[in-house]
Amino acid sequence: MTDDEKAAALRPPADPLGDQFWQSLKEGRLTFQRCKHCGNAWLPVRSECPRCLEADWAWENASGAARLISWVVYHRAFHEAFADRVPYTVAVVELTEGPRMTSNIIGAGDPEALKIDQALRLVIEPDFGLFVPRFTPV
Amino acid sequence: MMRGKYVIAGIGHTAFGSLPGRSTISLNVEAVRNALADAGVEKDIVDAVLVKYPTSHFESIYGQKVAEALGLTPRINCVVDQAGASNIGMIGYAAMAIEHGQCEVALVSFADNPKTGSRAVFSRSRDPNAVFGWFGVPAGYAMVARRHMGEYGTTHAQLGAVAVACRRHGAQNLRAQLKKALTIEEYLEQPMMVAPFRRDDCCLVSDGGAAVVVMSRERARQLKVRAPVPILGFGQGHTAWDVAQRPDMTTTMAKASAATAFKMAGLLPKDIDVAQIYDCFTITALMTLEDYGFCKKGEGGHFVEGGGIEFGGRLPMNTAGGLLSETGMPGLQLVLEGVRQMRGEAVLQVPHARTSIVSNQGGVMHTHATLILGQP
Repeated sequence: MTDDEKAAALRPPADPLGDQFWQSLKEGRLTFQRCKHCGNAWLPVRSECPRCLEADWAWENASGAARLISWVVYHRAFHEAFADRVPYTVAVVELTEGPRMTSNIIGAGDPEALKIDQALRLVIEPDFGLFVPRFTPV
Repeated sequence: MMRGKYVIAGIGHTAFGSLPGRSTISLNVEAVRNALADAGVEKDIVDAVLVKYPTSHFESIYGQKVAEALGLTPRINCVVDQAGASNIGMIGYAAMAIEHGQCEVALVSFADNPKTGSRAVFSRSRDPNAVFGWFGVPAGYAMVARRHMGEYGTTHAQLGAVAVACRRHGAQNLRAQLKKALTIEEYLEQPMMVAPFRRDDCCLVSDGGAAVVVMSRERARQLKVRAPVPILGFGQGHTAWDVAQRPDMTTTMAKASAATAFKMAGLLPKDIDVAQIYDCFTITALMTLEDYGFCKKGEGGHFVEGGGIEFGGRLPMNTAGGLLSETGMPGLQLVLEGVRQMRGEAVLQVPHARTSIVSNQGGVMHTHATLILGQP
């Protein structure tokens, strides 16, 4: 699989809001949505606030501070694009501002030594033709 | 009061395992034929057909295709999609529909052929997160398991105890797809697949079908059904939010589902004699036992250790092997074994068992349904 083929296979589905999310990352900012009506903050992107259902929201920049909710370590690739990357870590992280997202943990040494709720910080890496928001232990 | 007013009048299934060349429609028909024969009734009395669509391949108007193959024009005919919770969900809907005069005799049926067909659905990406390598069903449950281990100190050996129990039971079940007992040492020696999961934390991929016949206790008496098993309670609860978005990853709406079913049945967890707990992954059964109130939250690991959930233990669980050993089909095999236990006809029959609880769940703990059965 060439790098271009991998990028094509893994590209998030075309979506106006999703495209804005990924464009911000290209500019070095991880963004989330905050409802102007009730103040709720969320990811992943959606067009209505899942708390008050209003569609009146704005983008905000995340500070990059987060904590580790949970993680798994893939020792087997479920997709060809990751065949040469095992073992790799996929995590659920919670941004200090509240929203939770799926991401990767990098630079952690032995991933089995990670701890739930430990502090993380954002690292934006160019990969698969995108700028990918990943996290590393503080 | 609906408690005990409706019964499972008949159960049927196909062989489990690799069934090359069999369509899901064909497997549904075979399962239904066997369920009707078990109830001792003719198909012409059926006026409701509720089906879960084959997990491996979605088809529009699939419920009607099954009804056509059964040669029926039912009053109620639908596919219900609650993933792995669908089958108990449909048994509850069937009872409620009969209660309100919408139908009288209902079939609930499921079949799939991912083992010899396509199993791609089980490894697809969790969009839009493919770029993170977030692929496959096992990883979602592994994410929940890791949080449980972190919050409560649950160990690999405790996860393994669930697999050991199901495999011990399945090894004595001639119908089981995997008739090979597993020791905890063998389990712990396996390499990680998606840590904290090893291969044997994960359910089987199986071809096969199963079906049940639901009717009123009164109708079953009139039809002289041999061993109608009363439905004492049922309930549902849907966590709905995806794993990453749940504020609490280690408690699910299984709790509400069980509370609804226990209330309807007028029973408490201590009144349950045998359990059939959905075990698509080891953590699923461990957490369900907690959420159902068989032990406190966080104590599921201790509860499953030391043979407590094995035949002869304090709460024998998955006495035919469950998803980890009998067949990977999403849920009806557990209902069938619950019925056998209440009839006193199980291979590993729990002596004097008077109540049986069955759980079904699906997605990655997105959906949940509970069924409580009593003696004929």
